[in-house]
Amino acid sequence: MTSIDRDTSWPEISFEERIGTAEFRIHERAHIVVDGDTCRGCSTRECVIACPANLFVPTSDGGILFNYENCFECGTCYMVCNKEGAISWSYPEGGFGIVFHRT
Amino acid sequence: MSDADVIVVGAGPAGSCAAIAAARAGRRVILIERGPFPGSKNMYGGVVYPRILDELVPRWWETAPIQRWVVRRSTMVLSETGALTVDYRSNAWGEPPYNGATAYRPDFDEWLSRQAVAAGAQLVTSTTVTGLLRDASGRVTGVRTDRPDGDLTASVVIACDGVNSFLAKEAGLYTATDPSNFTLGAKETLALPKHVIDERFGVRDDQGVDIEILGGTSGVNGGGFVYTNLDTIALGVVLKLPKLAAQKKRPEEIIATLKAHPAIAPLIEGAEVKEYSAHVIPEAGYSMMPTMVTDGMLVAGDAAALCLAAGIWLEGVNFAMASGMYAGDAAAAAVARNDVSTKSLSAYSDRLNATFVLRDHKKLRKVPGLVLSDRVQQKYPAFVTSVVERVFRVDNPQPKPGLRRIVREERKRAGIKLSQLIRDGWTGLRGFG
Ligand SMILES: Cc1cc2nc3c(=O)[nH]c(=O)nc-3n(C[C@H](O)[C@H](O)[C@H](O)COP(=O)(O)OP(=O)(O)OC[C@H]3O[C@@H](n4cnc5c(N)ncnc54)[C@H](O)[C@@H]3O)c2cc1C
Ligand code: SF4
Ligand code: SF4
Repeated sequence: MTSIDRDTSWPEISFEERIGTAEFRIHERAHIVVDGDTCRGCSTRECVIACPANLFVPTSDGGILFNYENCFECGTCYMVCNKEGAISWSYPEGGFGIVFHRT
Repeated sequence: MSDADVIVVGAGPAGSCAAIAAARAGRRVILIERGPFPGSKNMYGGVVYPRILDELVPRWWETAPIQRWVVRRSTMVLSETGALTVDYRSNAWGEPPYNGATAYRPDFDEWLSRQAVAAGAQLVTSTTVTGLLRDASGRVTGVRTDRPDGDLTASVVIACDGVNSFLAKEAGLYTATDPSNFTLGAKETLALPKHVIDERFGVRDDQGVDIEILGGTSGVNGGGFVYTNLDTIALGVVLKLPKLAAQKKRPEEIIATLKAHPAIAPLIEGAEVKEYSAHVIPEAGYSMMPTMVTDGMLVAGDAAALCLAAGIWLEGVNFAMASGMYAGDAAAAAVARNDVSTKSLSAYSDRLNATFVLRDHKKLRKVPGLVLSDRVQQKYPAFVTSVVERVFRVDNPQPKPGLRRIVREERKRAGIKLSQLIRDGWTGLRGFG
């Protein structure tokens, strides 16, 4: 029988390791584009909390740094964002993007 | 001549069943999927309720890629440290024709799409539909894809493109997208040896467990779930979008808190994260549904918000399969009579109204709002668990307090008005009854 050691086998994983468990086939075209200028005036920053892939990173000058590569294509960001024009959202090219295996 | 009689967009459960039905009726069907294989984009909690498959794929259980057959269904109410569980077990559910099964969607959806191909549909993967083709009158006549020369024409388009359904939106079938109608589901697939899962959940062989959770989501309105696969456990949370965004806690942190709850931690201790995933659910049910039919086009499955997420239930695959099948039937019949107008296609909405698809949704239409209300979410779990705690606590030599007194005291402690409790109880009874 496999024994389970409580202290050592409760793996706290970093976000990089977490996102690394999913497969992303990355296309060179960004399927989501975030307009940093529009974000500069945004005080609520819903996307920063809600994006399950943690792709919206606030910058020190009040903007948002966004990278489309590890995206689940879930739609949360464009739904929670209240600012018209901040997010241009589309699906990646056919065959690219997130590929789930065990969900 | 058009490229097909029927184009189905999206090879999830709705799309594959639409393609099976239309192809069996003798129509030329193209089934388009943007993922590299059907199921590759799709994530859910983990249980398929398969009754509708009996009609579509006889003896489906002999070939479907099932993980475990659900023989135990539990509903758990979590307070910060306590847990109240209602647990039902029936080993008969572990035998044909079965009541529910855990399965991985990349396996299940791929299998279902093969049934569509076997019925004669043409499956095209790695192809994203980017828009609708319409004639001068506005009737939908096909789709635009991201392939070179990618326009495809058809008599009827069935949009089974899931919760974000850009096709239903483009056709004007939704009025607006209100984020409060949606929840975000985030999940971990956790690996453990099979015999450890068997022991912890009290099952053996291919028996499985389905647990829905109320509370435990760090103050964000929503819920949670735990499902057993053969050698993994699916554990996830469902979070109301505007509430999540307003809270300063991220989805993976809310999962971590749920995993550490005293009632959950022993189930999953030592498990390694195999896959992290996320997807949005159309949660609001009947009140958010779009128009389902327009000239030359039908909408089915999550694209039509036909997902039942009401506390003790989290069902969508079955509604998708049924609505897909009815859409496929209606499209085939409309093509056969050479009339794909809204009127001719509305046999589809009639069928939805006459079957469980819309009957369940109409009956339960108040329930999603109730389950996601602030009271049910923030106050009732603590109230219910503390009442039960006091009923079961043995405080010798103090005599046992009466139930009525306990309820009164705990209700006051939780800050719930009696009138509100009665009203919610009544809504719940009527809603569920
Ligand atoms: C966290 C969570 C837990 C859930 N738990 C359960 C559960 O336990 N049991 C249950 O029954 N239901 C559950 N559901 C609901 C269930 O997953 C959905 O209701 C169901 O998947 C809907 O099926 P569908 O075919 O309508 O849509 P989907 O399964 O979303 O399929 C849509 C398909 O269309 C494709 N597509 C989308 N747009 C395009 C395009 N433009 N071009 C080409 N292809 C496109 C997608 O790639 C996808 O394959 C859960 C959902 C979530 C998010
Ligand atoms: S994407 Fe929207 S929510 Fe996020 S910072 Fe920009 S404007 Fe604000
Ligand atoms: S679609 Fe989902 S995963 Fe992708 S950026 Fe938006 S919120 Fe994040």
